[in-house]
Amino acid sequence: MDRTQQLFSERLNIINVGLERFSNSVKEQEVPAIQVDWRPPAGGNRRLMEILEKLNQ
Amino acid sequence: MKEIIKDANEQSLKRMKSAKPVWTDVRYAYEIFDSLDKYTFLHAGPPIDWSNMSGPMKGAVIAAALYEGIASDEEEVEELASNGKITFSPCHHYNAVGPMTGITTYSMPLYVVENANGSNTAYSTINEGAGDVLRFGAYSSNTVERLKWIEEELAPVLKKLILRMGGLDLSVLISQAVHMGDELHMRNGSSTAVFLKAIMSTLVEVVEDSEKLKKIVHFLTSNNDQFFLNLAMCSSKVTADAGHGVEHSTIVTAMARNGVEIGIRVSGLGNQWFTAPAAEVKGLYFSGFSSKDANPDIGDSAIMETAGLGGFAMAAAPAIVQFLGAGKYSDALNYTNDMYEISYDESPYYTIPSLDFRGTPLGIDIMKVVETGILPVINTAIAGKEAGVGMIGAGVAEAPFMLFEKALLSYAEKQGI
Repeated sequence: MDRTQQLFSERLNIINVGLERFSNSVKEQEVPAIQVDWRPPAGGNRRLMEILEKLNQ
Repeated sequence: MKEIIKDANEQSLKRMKSAKPVWTDVRYAYEIFDSLDKYTFLHAGPPIDWSNMSGPMKGAVIAAALYEGIASDEEEVEELASNGKITFSPCHHYNAVGPMTGITTYSMPLYVVENANGSNTAYSTINEGAGDVLRFGAYSSNTVERLKWIEEELAPVLKKLILRMGGLDLSVLISQAVHMGDELHMRNGSSTAVFLKAIMSTLVEVVEDSEKLKKIVHFLTSNNDQFFLNLAMCSSKVTADAGHGVEHSTIVTAMARNGVEIGIRVSGLGNQWFTAPAAEVKGLYFSGFSSKDANPDIGDSAIMETAGLGGFAMAAAPAIVQFLGAGKYSDALNYTNDMYEISYDESPYYTIPSLDFRGTPLGIDIMKVVETGILPVINTAIAGKEAGVGMIGAGVAEAPFMLFEKALLSYAEKQGI
């Protein structure tokens, strides 16, 4: 059985980056899940991202 | 650019970390500031004029005007303020800091706290204690009488005391208090107790009249756990100011609220204020009050967070989460751990036992705030929005992202980016 197929028969441990709803629904099914508090740099503001990039050079 | 900023921030933090705040004197405002007259009122936060002031600050202005004897009633004060006869300036512009409304005027006695390892000095009024106090916007006859008693009775004693002691190193007291579970902004029970222990034997030496001594000791020990706050604020102002004025530095050296707006200053950006609407404080309210009664965030006491205490040191003071409605023990740790993400360095003096004596997060970096989106947290009292109502609760406020966005845009413009 290849690795991908194995995943469907194994107990999973989830690390979720993004919408918290995904990790919540997994937790409701009693599957361990950690929600990563990720957000885009500078809230995704392009001008601020450009400034940070130049200041970090 | 990266190396230039790194060097600048290292320099700023070196100065902040080596600052040694020592309480050396008590002097009246008119003795310290040549340009001050009875019609110049200092206030908390960034610049604001009378017409825009919130209820508590207007109440405090009325109290101070009655105290200074430049008006005999509320209507007369309002006329003087509206006509521009009374002028206003931030405490910060005079190297001073004031809790809540922060109104500081001509005749008020101020703590003098000097940086023993530098050349800067900070000033603050003496804490009025609890009840109908100016700092929450009260202006009753009791408010004015208490201010007069502080001016005429308490201040001369404190002056005599500190001159007799030859100064008091505040960083030692604060360090002890942090180990005892205070964060020095909303929890000062330990710091006040340690302070009273430090001054008590000299106090009884300098006050010969037993009735006078009784009254002073009663004032210092009854319902006055926050007494040390004003000295703690001076200490933090000394630390923060030491790091100001380093070209290219992105470190925040002042954070202050006037009840309408919050402002920050940045080490490498001169004395410019970057402002945003003051935040709503999220917290717990005393019985009978709710968020609809609350004034937005107010006070110069965010200088505590600016210097790595208050909300930044919550992991050292986990009991405070219950008072602030800020969650569980683990939330106290999380708040401090988040603040490490936006701080350039750590305090060498104030260490957190539960984090294996790691220093508190020190030196808010505007670049880190913008990059991560993590906002500085400020522990604070909640003032009623009507003058004179007083403290109605306590909680946590976040410094708005807009402050740091504006500061970074200004910084970039200065660098030609």
